[in-house]
Parts: sequence; structure tokens; C-alpha cells
Amino acid sequence: MPEMIATRELTLAQAVREALAEEMRRDSTVCIFGEDVAEAGTPFKVLSGLVEEFGTNRVIDTPISEAGFTGVAVGAAMTGMRPIADIMFGDFLTLVMDQMVNQAAKVHYMSGGKWKVPMVMRTTLGATRRSAAQHSQSLHAWFSHVPGLKVVLPSTPYDAKGLLKTAIRDDNPVVFFEDKMMHHKLKGPVPVEEYTIPFGVADIKREGDDITLIGTSSMVQIALGAAELLAEAGISAEVVDPRTTWPLDEKTLIDSVKKTSRAIVIDEGYGRYGVTSEIAAVIAQGAFYDLDKPVMRMGAMHVPIPFSPPLEDLTVPTEKSVFEAAQALCR
Amino acid sequence: MTTAIGKEKLLRMYRQMVSIRLFEEQVNELYTRALMPGLAHLYIGEEAVAVGICEALRSDDYITSTHRGHGHCLAKGAAPDRMFAELLGKRAGYCKGKGGSMHIADPDTGNLGANAIVAGSVGIATGAAFSSKHLGNGRVAVCFFGEGALGQGVVYEEMNLAQLWKLPVIYVCENNLYTEYTHFSETTAGDILQRATAFGVRAERVDGQDVRAVYSTANELIERARRGDGPAFLLCDTYRYTGHHVGDINRDYYRAKSEEQHWKSDRDPIKIFTEHLISEKIAEQTSLEKIQTEVATQMKSAVEFAVNAPYPGAEEVDQDVYA
Repeated sequence: MPEMIATRELTLAQAVREALAEEMRRDSTVCIFGEDVAEAGTPFKVLSGLVEEFGTNRVIDTPISEAGFTGVAVGAAMTGMRPIADIMFGDFLTLVMDQMVNQAAKVHYMSGGKWKVPMVMRTTLGATRRSAAQHSQSLHAWFSHVPGLKVVLPSTPYDAKGLLKTAIRDDNPVVFFEDKMMHHKLKGPVPVEEYTIPFGVADIKREGDDITLIGTSSMVQIALGAAELLAEAGISAEVVDPRTTWPLDEKTLIDSVKKTSRAIVIDEGYGRYGVTSEIAAVIAQGAFYDLDKPVMRMGAMHVPIPFSPPLEDLTVPTEKSVFEAAQALCR
Repeated sequence: MTTAIGKEKLLRMYRQMVSIRLFEEQVNELYTRALMPGLAHLYIGEEAVAVGICEALRSDDYITSTHRGHGHCLAKGAAPDRMFAELLGKRAGYCKGKGGSMHIADPDTGNLGANAIVAGSVGIATGAAFSSKHLGNGRVAVCFFGEGALGQGVVYEEMNLAQLWKLPVIYVCENNLYTEYTHFSETTAGDILQRATAFGVRAERVDGQDVRAVYSTANELIERARRGDGPAFLLCDTYRYTGHHVGDINRDYYRAKSEEQHWKSDRDPIKIFTEHLISEKIAEQTSLEKIQTEVATQMKSAVEFAVNAPYPGAEEVDQDVYA
């Protein structure tokens, strides 16, 4: 964020809500579909207050029919609206795969560029909420795999607001993942003035020289915490946040690793065939001769997320595990 | 019950039905001569459904179509030459050759696109109806699907939403008796109309071989939806003369030749309509034959246009992925 501009502290949820409210004021075709999005403001209370301002014609409670209201969002997007479909838990994305992958992602291409699908799917990711295997997954890699979709993973309130405004104005289907653990826990400065953040521009969250920690979403905060621990141990870590997995800012990632010569990619999705695999491959291709060590990947353990807290905590990278891995790489 | 339909409209319906029939015969020919890549699902035998419904629509109303969609696209106003070009994967096609037979889409005629996922466009049509209501533009969306789509759960999610929100959408179920190679009675429990009425959706059943009956019923349901009185479900009983796709030649294991013959001889929508036009003195045999000749000439030159049209350039393969 540029310095010397007026800001205030907002939570990630407040930043998301502010982005939605601003865009709904700006454009009367923006509307929200989802379960308990209106008076309830979602179970996460991210949307509280929107229905009071915009009414139930634009903040629309739906039945528990994820495929149904996502399909409506696709069709509405093609015909003059800019809908936002709210998928409460990212795990429920399994229910909308045909609508997103076979319909939303392909309409533009299949029609030879004639129809557009300017919609946003807002959803969540992240474990450690003690919610067990069907309310804890981070499935953003699935969508990153599909041509025609864009995938956004904000890690701060500032990024969340600016990226969501861009997502709503984008003429393509955008899947926007929020870490549900950060909604109310994470606060950060957000400019008073309006702003947007372009897709495909990674952000260097902390500069450093010895190792690059590439983190997404929840794992950016983990990487920043690990960087603090590393600094105490005399290791200077650079933390880079791609912010969007597609489009992906390969250049910033490669340039950082060329500088530091070591890299760990940290993402809360499953490691196998995941976002970490893709970014590691990008670095291997782009910075191979600058690497002192193999690129390391840290993601969710390859198990369904368990309920029992001591077990669940083992499944995701932590500041400590990233710190230890980075220290070992820098030895 | 059929409402009075003007002569000009009737003759236009006739021309449209003949156009679909002859278009599909050309497709069969192109496919058999190995000029057409991929699959072709012919609409022959079902012409009265698409024509009866699309003639009751405004040009700015929306339709969504299916893998068996050539008839819907033509009935909504698509030009045969650009349709053939799309079927052959040519640059001049409606989708620049990127969609093919199963994905023809055309904003100019309100065609939101044919869909190769069975029931894949039910959400899109319902969403278009949502836009119409929200934007107040008075448009109605028609969602064509075969009875095979009744097996997909999303159909019921959408009917529930459409009725809750009183959306101007018509779900048109073309029951051509076969879901691919299986008779619908083996896949469909209970009464089809009750699946719609359970949601409070107005449901009607019509003889899909009688274009006037289809038009009259569709007209009523469409105008009702346009007034804001909500969605409807229209079940059209019809028959697929040919195989599931052009390559489905030996069909003895799932249906009898005598059954096919019965529909072709006694239930043919063009024959039934022709008899009406002549017996009611709306047209003479010679004037109908003239229409047939004109359409045949048009189809021939449309095929010629498509065969001679260039393929898209290699540089186009990664264009149009993102808007």
C-alpha cells in the first residue's frame, strides 16, 4: 500500500463488506445470491447491514441449492447483471462444479467470445476452526486449473477490498476465496479513499535477502510470522503473496527467488497436484540456475481434515513449521 | 384448444419446420460424407416443438438449447449458412468454430447457447429470467431440454427458485421417448407434470407433433410469464426419428422399426400441418412445394458457403478464453 494516505483499521470482514457496499452503490446490476445472506448477513456475519441498505431484491436469500443459485448467477451475468454468488463453506463448491466449470468458465469461449459471464463467486477456505472434514477444505487449486476462471486469494483487509472491487468489475467469472479464520481476527489498514487492485500483480509483503516465502491467503500471515522468527535467528526472509493464482504474476515470484536463491511455497490447499506444485514448477523453470536448494512446498497434509484439535493442528503449516523448514534450507 | 393464427404466421411456421427438416437432412449428408467432424444429434421429427414455441416468442426473448439443438437455433432465427459453418468448425460460424454443433449461441437472436451437459442450461435460463425481472425489460426465457434432463436434480432446484421468485421462464420438456438408447419409462418414475406442479409451477402437456397446439399453449404460458405470473412447465410429446446421433444406425435393440414407421407415417409434424393448411384452404399444395424448393435451394447454398469457408487461424486457439 502506498504510504502517506489516510487509512483506518478494518477487519477482513469489514473490508469485504465495504467493497460490496461500494460496488452495489456504484452499479445497480450488482446483486448477491446465497444462503442466509440477507438479514442473517451469513453465518460469518460478513454481510451484516447490506440488506438494510440495498433491500431483499439485491441481497437475496436462497434455498439451500448451491447449484441452483449459482446457475441463476451464471445466466443473470450473461444477461445484464453482475451477480455475486455466496458459497458459505468452500467445501460446498463440490455442489457447483458443473455450473462453474462447464458453464461459467466456458460460455465465453464456446460462444466465440460473444457471451460474457461477469460474476463473482465468494467463498471460504481454511482449517483450524474445529469444523471437521466437510467444513474445512481449501479447494482453490481446483478452480485455478480451469481455463476461463480467475481465482483470487486475499491475505489482508487491504487486498480483500481492492481485489473484490476488481473482481466485481471484471467481465469474467471470478472465484474469490476468503480465509474464514481471518474474517474477524485479522485487522489491517484500509485507505479511506476508493481504490482497486489489479489481478495478476503479486505483492511483496516483506522484503528480505536469504529466502523467499511465497504464501497465499491464510499462509501469508503464517509466512510473515515465520519471517519474524527467522529475523531473530539472523535470516532475512522475503514474503511474497501472488494474490491471484490465475492470472499468476510469475515474474515477481521468479525475480524474488533469483535474488534469494531459496524458496518455500506455502498454501493451505493440498500439496499434491496443488497450488504449491504449480508455483514450484514456475520457479524451477524460471530461476533454476539461481537456486541453491530445491524449492520446498508446504500445504495441507494429505488427509481429510480431522475434527480432534490436536490432530487438526498437525494438518496445516504453522509459523513454527515454516520457520524450521526455512532455517533448515538456509543452513 | 388452438387460438386463431394468421395465414402469414402459419406459412412462416411451415417454412421454419421445413427449414429444420432440410437442414438436418443436409447435416446427415455432410456427416455421412465425412465432411463434418464430431457428433450430430438430429432434431428430425421434433420440428413442431421448436417452431411452435419460438414463433410465440419475441425476437429479444431468450432461449437455451441442448445437444439436439439445431432446431431451436433455427427456429429462434439463426441463419443456416453460419450454422453449417459452425458445424464444420469454420471461422464464419456463429462461435467462430469454437463451439460446434452442440454449442451454437447467438446474442442477436437471444440464443444463450446450446448446452452439451444434460440440464446444463436450466440455471442459465432461470438466471436470464431473473435479469429480465430485475431489469424490467419484459423478456421471457425458454429453456429447452429433453426428458432425459428430468433425471438431473438441478432442474428441481431451478423450478423451486423460479416459482419462489415468480420468474418469467418456461421449461420446455421435449419427451422424444428415448434418453440416448433407453426408453424414458425405464428412467422416469411417477407423473412428469406433477414434478412441476409440486412446486406450484403451472404445468401443461401438449401434442408436440401439432405445431398449432404447441404455439397456442406456449403463447398462453409465455404471455402469462411476461405479465409477471410466474414460470411454467410445458411437456411436449414428440419423437426422435433418427438415432441418438447420426452414427446410431442399428437401433433394433432399443426400439422397433414399426414404432419409427408409425411416427413417420401417422404422426409426422410437417405432414399433419400440411394437411391442415390444405384442408383449411390456407395454402395449396403447389405453394407449399414452392416453399420446399426455396428452402432446399437455400440449404444447398448454405452448405456450399460452409464447405468453402476457411478454418480459423491457429492464432485464434487461445483467444476468447477471457473477456
